[in-house]
Amino acid sequence: MLTCKDFLAELSDYLDERIDAELRAKLERHITECPNCWVIADTTRKTIQIYKGMDPYPIPSEVETRLMLALEKRMAAKQK
Amino acid sequence: MTASSQAGFDETTLVTQARGGDNRAFAELVKHYEAKIFRLAQHITQNREDAEDVLQETFLKAYEHLDQFQGNSKFYTWIVRIAVNQALMKLRRRRTDKSVSLDETIDTGEDTVTREVAAWGEDPEQQFTREELGQILDASIQSLAPTYRSVFLLRDVDDLSTEETAEALGLSVPAVKSRLLRARLQLREKLTRYFKRKGDDTFAYL
Ligand SMILES: [Zn+2]
Repeated sequence: MLTCKDFLAELSDYLDERIDAELRAKLERHITECPNCWVIADTTRKTIQIYKGMDPYPIPSEVETRLMLALEKRMAAKQK
Repeated sequence: MTASSQAGFDETTLVTQARGGDNRAFAELVKHYEAKIFRLAQHITQNREDAEDVLQETFLKAYEHLDQFQGNSKFYTWIVRIAVNQALMKLRRRRTDKSVSLDETIDTGEDTVTREVAAWGEDPEQQFTREELGQILDASIQSLAPTYRSVFLLRDVDDLSTEETAEALGLSVPAVKSRLLRARLQLREKLTRYFKRKGDDTFAYL
């Protein structure tokens, strides 16, 4: 029998679908019998979904201006 | 990334052009990745001024050493590695304790113990405005330990593979995996405070 600790140890690979069919069947059996682990797996999956692809804020325009100036300077120096 | 921001972006071609001396191609690569690098730098340094330095140093170094970029890894993985090194150097300079690393040993197992287990409501994020949701997600990532934060950001937000994340951060694959699990579980728990089904609170008192 799989313990909750065993289940948690495999949780990432389970959610990323990086486990073989045999282990997958064992894990899925555990969550049908263990409501706690079912909730943890479900809410962890949702957590990953919410964050996935979260776009960064655009960088402030003055930060970008300084970055491009520094770069142009370096490019000009290299061209000499 | 959203589909629209990917449209018309051909990284391989731009990298080849940039390596051939095309400065406009390099500038386009910079514009494509600057916000992600700035976000990563802010997460590691926790300091806006340092993050701006890291941003500049990363792209200047990438420009200088473009001939050393091996086409067998992604360009983004390569610049992330430069950015992480620059950010760690900043941290070392700021602290008297010089042993700053993303490879710090972390307790084994205890922090995977979950305290708050509650089911979430349907589409819980719909209960918040975009701004509120953004703040919740940001604050939750910010409260993670730096080593968890970087792994989660690269692996789950930027969608690098486990191997690419390991390469970018200079960690082993097992180290990335254990940090990723802890990061995910800690974030899950933090988000549960906002997203749990209404009424489930009562169980806490039983
Ligand atoms: Zn269980």
